[in-house]
Formats: sequence, structure tokens, C-alpha cells
Amino acid sequence: MFSTGFTLNDLRFMLEGAWVTLLLTFWAILLGTLVGVICGVLRALLPRATIPLAWLLDVFRSVPLLIQFVLFNSLKSIVGLNWSAFTVGCVVLGVYAAAYCTEIVRSGVLAVPLSLRRASRSLGLSYWQDLRHVVLPIATRVSFPGWLNLVLSVMKDTALVMWIGIVELLRASQTIVTRIQEPLLVLCIAGLIYYLMSWVVSRLGVQLEKRWQQND
Amino acid sequence: MFGIDYSFRWRSALRALPDMLSGAWVTFETAALSMIFGVIIALLLMVMRQMNNPLARGFASTWISIARNTPSLFQIYILYFGLGSFGLHVSSWFALLAGITFNNAGYLAENFRGGLKAIPDTQMRAARSLGMNAFQAYRLIVVPQLLRIVFYPLTNQMVWAVLMTSLGVIVGLNDDLTGVTQSYNVKTFRTFEYFAIAAVLYYLIAKAIVLAARLLGWRLFRY
Repeated sequence: MFSTGFTLNDLRFMLEGAWVTLLLTFWAILLGTLVGVICGVLRALLPRATIPLAWLLDVFRSVPLLIQFVLFNSLKSIVGLNWSAFTVGCVVLGVYAAAYCTEIVRSGVLAVPLSLRRASRSLGLSYWQDLRHVVLPIATRVSFPGWLNLVLSVMKDTALVMWIGIVELLRASQTIVTRIQEPLLVLCIAGLIYYLMSWVVSRLGVQLEKRWQQND
Repeated sequence: MFGIDYSFRWRSALRALPDMLSGAWVTFETAALSMIFGVIIALLLMVMRQMNNPLARGFASTWISIARNTPSLFQIYILYFGLGSFGLHVSSWFALLAGITFNNAGYLAENFRGGLKAIPDTQMRAARSLGMNAFQAYRLIVVPQLLRIVFYPLTNQMVWAVLMTSLGVIVGLNDDLTGVTQSYNVKTFRTFEYFAIAAVLYYLIAKAIVLAARLLGWRLFRY
């Protein structure tokens, strides 16, 4: 009674899509974290001078990601950059992640009590030593849960790159749906894959957090 | 390589502004509706999580974990294409609204749970011993304090809801802001101009919401 047109090849096609999703997430988070840490530290240490930066990054958080993809994609053609859709996806997602990461890092750095930093300075540490040995370890621990949430949300937001023509997990499942006309089954499998990927990432994060807490 | 031989046509793109503004209104309306339903469902989910009934608890935690661990676009997809398998053909607007509501409810329920921890248990017990029933105690004692605690996350979620409505265009919605923009785009191929205007409008909506929330918060939480 239960028959389906879903084959192992289709599953492989979806898993390839999931791999693209993971790659996009990885590059976007790498770019976003690098830019975000620099901007976040600057925002925390020089709050007055970097207000324009805050406004700029706020734009990326207030405009839908879909619109950002389309805008950047058309800007790319206007300027004449010869980038692949995958690169465009990584860059847009990376900047979007950077905008969020900045806030996470900034609040992490600000969570280090000023008295603690004064104490380390009066113990004879230089400004950089204070940042490196006191602020960095504490701020990392405070920011980590927020950063992990960011990774998960970027992984989910990669689904939007289908609009600029990248075949990732959701687009792959849509292609299969169009062929075998069993949307519920295929989409449930896609959902399960997304769920599993999120679960694995958050599990790893919780493990890491636990290991750090042992030293506290 | 960097020669820009593209002539921007802002004037003709701006002629679409009235249509885009009415699209912006649809976007705002959809987001606001999804927030209203989302808050109600989130409160229900929160109460269900507190219950002793394992069925209610399981339902609530399944809803929350699916809403939080899958892309919102996927949730809209499954409502739009998946329900067709049961012979239910829903409009793209309904699928969008239901998808965002589902998503909002999941995220808000989690926020509410955090907020609930800030309200001492003794208040609930005091309310019950003053003769209120459980519903009254929730309605008169717990929920008003809870809404004050979660006011800021609620604002954030409202902005998120506005941004999420842009996904409607992928399931074929054509009367919200992104939908209107896209239909102008396919007619004229002036992608950059139209989408830049849409981006500005989205930014303004988001800022207006934050501003309104700040004024409202200032008015509501003065004392």
C-alpha cells in the first residue's frame, strides 16, 4: 500500500544539498566571526568613535536577508565582479553574521567588570596584557552561548540562498518534490536533516561549554 | 574591469512607490497578526509546559524544538506544499501567516519561559490562596508581570516577523512589500533600484517599530 517514488539517489542529492548548507554556514560564520570580533572589540573599547559603525551594522539587521541577497547579487553584476553565486551567498551571510557577532562580542567584553580590569592594570599588566589575559578568557565564555545561537540561526538562514540560484538542502528537496510529487515526505526528510544538523551543533556547543566550566 | 556601464533609473523606480507603500502595509499587517496569534499560542505553550500532563508537555516541547531548529522558510514550505497532500490547498498568504505564527510562537514560548523564572513562585501561591482560580491567577498576576519582563524580546521578535514576511514571495505571494517589488522587477528588470527602495522601506518599518515600542514602554512602565 505504501509506495513511493523516493529513491536512494534522491536522498544522496539531498545530502549533497545539506553539504552545501554546511559549507555556506562554515564560510559565513568564519567571515562573520573574524569581522564581528574586530568590530565588537572596537565597539566596546571605543564606544564614541565607532557609533557610525553601529549604525551601518544595524542596517544589515533591519533589512530582510532575502532583499540583501538580491541587492548584492544585482550590485555584483552592475559593478562587473565575476563572482559565483556561492561566493555572493557566503559574503552576504558573512556580513549579516558579522552584524550580529559584533553585538555578541561587544556585550561579552562589556560583561568583564571594570574593577577587574583596573585590578589587573594595578598589578602591573599592560593594556594589551590585560586584554589578552583577563578580558579575552572571560569575554569568550560570556559570548559563547550567543555565538552558538548565531551559528544555528545562520545555518537556518542559508535556506534563503536558493533565491539567487544555489542548490542547497531546501532547493534540492524542492527539485525532488517537483519530480515525484510527494511534498510531505520529501519536506519531512529535509526537516529531519535540518533538525539533526542543528542538534549536532548545539550538542557540540554544550559539550564545549561544560569543559570550560570545569576550570572555573 | 570596474567600469560601471549601468544607468540607474531612480525616477521611474520611484513611480512604483505608492504600490510599494501599500505592500508595506500588507507586510506590517501580516507581521502584526502573526505576533498577536504568536503571543497567544506562546502563552498557551508556556502553560502547557508547566502542566503535569505528559501529552501537553510533549506537544509544547515538540512545537518549540521544531520551530527553533528548522528554517522558517522550511516551515512555510511545509504549510504551503505539505498540506496539499491532505487535500488542503491554502493560499500563499495563509501559509506565510501560519508559518511565521508557528515560528514566533516557538521562539516566544522560550522567551516566556525565561521570563517566568523571574516571577517568584510565591506570587502564584499567594494568588491561589486569595481564592483565585488558576486562570485568574495567570491572567491577573503572572501574565501582566511576564509581559513587562519580555517586552524587549517581544519588540525584537516583531522586527523579526516583519523581516520574515519577505519570504512570502518564494511561495508566490505578490501583494506584500517584497512581492510587489518582485513583480515590478520581473516587468522592468531594474532589480537594483526596486530592491534598494524596498530595503529602505523595510529599514524604516523596523525603526518605526523600535521607536513605537520605546514610546509605549516608556508610557507603560513608568512606575
